[in-house]
Amino acid sequence: MPGQSNLIIGSSGTGKTVLLKCIVGLLTPDEGSVFFDGRDFHNAGRSEIQDIRREIGMLFQGGALFDSKNVEQNVGFPLDMLTKMNRGEKLDRINFVLNRLGLTNTNKKMPSELSGGMKKRVGLARAIVNNSKYLFCDEPNSGLDPQTAIVIDHLIQEITEEFNITTIVVTHDMNSVMEIGDYVMFMYKGQMLWEGPNSDILNAEVRELQDFVYSNKLMMALKEQSS
Amino acid sequence: MKIIGKYFIFLQSLFVKRESFNTYIRLTIDECIKVGIDSVFIVVIISTFIGAVTAVQTAYNFVTPLIPRYVISLIVRDMTLLELAPTITAIVFAGKVGSNIAGELGTMRISEQVDALEVMGINSSSFLVLPKILACVLMYPLLVILAGNLSILGGYIAATLTGEMTPSEYVYGIRVDFIEFNVTFALIKSVVFAFLIASISAFTGYYTAGGALEVGKASTKAVTSSCIAILSADYLLAQLLL
Repeated sequence: MPGQSNLIIGSSGTGKTVLLKCIVGLLTPDEGSVFFDGRDFHNAGRSEIQDIRREIGMLFQGGALFDSKNVEQNVGFPLDMLTKMNRGEKLDRINFVLNRLGLTNTNKKMPSELSGGMKKRVGLARAIVNNSKYLFCDEPNSGLDPQTAIVIDHLIQEITEEFNITTIVVTHDMNSVMEIGDYVMFMYKGQMLWEGPNSDILNAEVRELQDFVYSNKLMMALKEQSS
Repeated sequence: MKIIGKYFIFLQSLFVKRESFNTYIRLTIDECIKVGIDSVFIVVIISTFIGAVTAVQTAYNFVTPLIPRYVISLIVRDMTLLELAPTITAIVFAGKVGSNIAGELGTMRISEQVDALEVMGINSSSFLVLPKILACVLMYPLLVILAGNLSILGGYIAATLTGEMTPSEYVYGIRVDFIEFNVTFALIKSVVFAFLIASISAFTGYYTAGGALEVGKASTKAVTSSCIAILSADYLLAQLLL
């Protein structure tokens, strides 16, 4: 659903990232299909695949910024490659997205000069600069301090609603689950064991999900307090 | 055999789903600067000294006065054109440019930059590798021409400064019995070697998996494989063309 963020959660090694890579076409699934608005991604023709890819933005775990390009060039890269915008239009769009993500005056900085949180924000800017319809985020707050992680989570949530994007976030961080996500899917050993609205997750009667949710001491303390 | 098959599939992937012509022009010019201009210094140093050493060692081995002295520069010329300029420079080029290509692509692979290109719908192998191969094939023959000239100049400096030969003897030796095809042969070799270095190094780097340790291993493997390919191709070309 446009404007909705969906979470894929589960412990490390359950296949969340593999599933995400299958969805965005980096891996080919052994069986099954991936549909984007009724278009079968893995069985589509080359031009249709290109069309779908142009609608996809992805935030990688480490940001995946191009080391040899500065922030402006990184964010503008999809515009250079996928659009016919002139230089002025590109610069306006880049600056708009950078300002929206709180990255004003960072245009000429190289990735090596950025903090972990800034790299994630630049990665996010690059993912949405081309008016993506779908945003995929792989562990968006891994390696970040809790405060910066919350900032990134909020940004993803705000952008999803503001730009009417369909977002899928892969995470194992329960703080993220509580902060963002309208709809949650829980994976366990390569299988989807539970799915439902975020509000139902604490009461879900799936033992593996309960174990996952309450493995976090903070969540456990909340549970004990409420009971 | 599996790796060789994968290598040819990789080469084929460079030519499908390409980006615009202008994109490749821009990228190739950038790569030409990186692989060509930045290699001039090392090529100048190595080729000058190789020419000088060849002249001195050839003179050292000429103990009989029956052989005219100009033969020293004739040997320097032919060794330079047939072997030293294209092949020794290729080994150095593999060490400098090949390891750089493998390291760069390996790092891009493990830091998901290659995946980022693929998600955008860009053929990452073509986008990243084709300009490197084109740049090497364009620039390496120029480096070989430079190396050949400097090697002969190095021989001249060494032979005349040590008093082994007079300048006129050296110049006479350079011009006598000159076979023009040797220059063509050196340039054919340079194009083949450049292609092998760039494509093998790119292949090794592009399929790196793991972390920093594997990137280091990929760089080493790229140089080793390139050197083996260069020497094999050197023998084959000599058999076929001479």
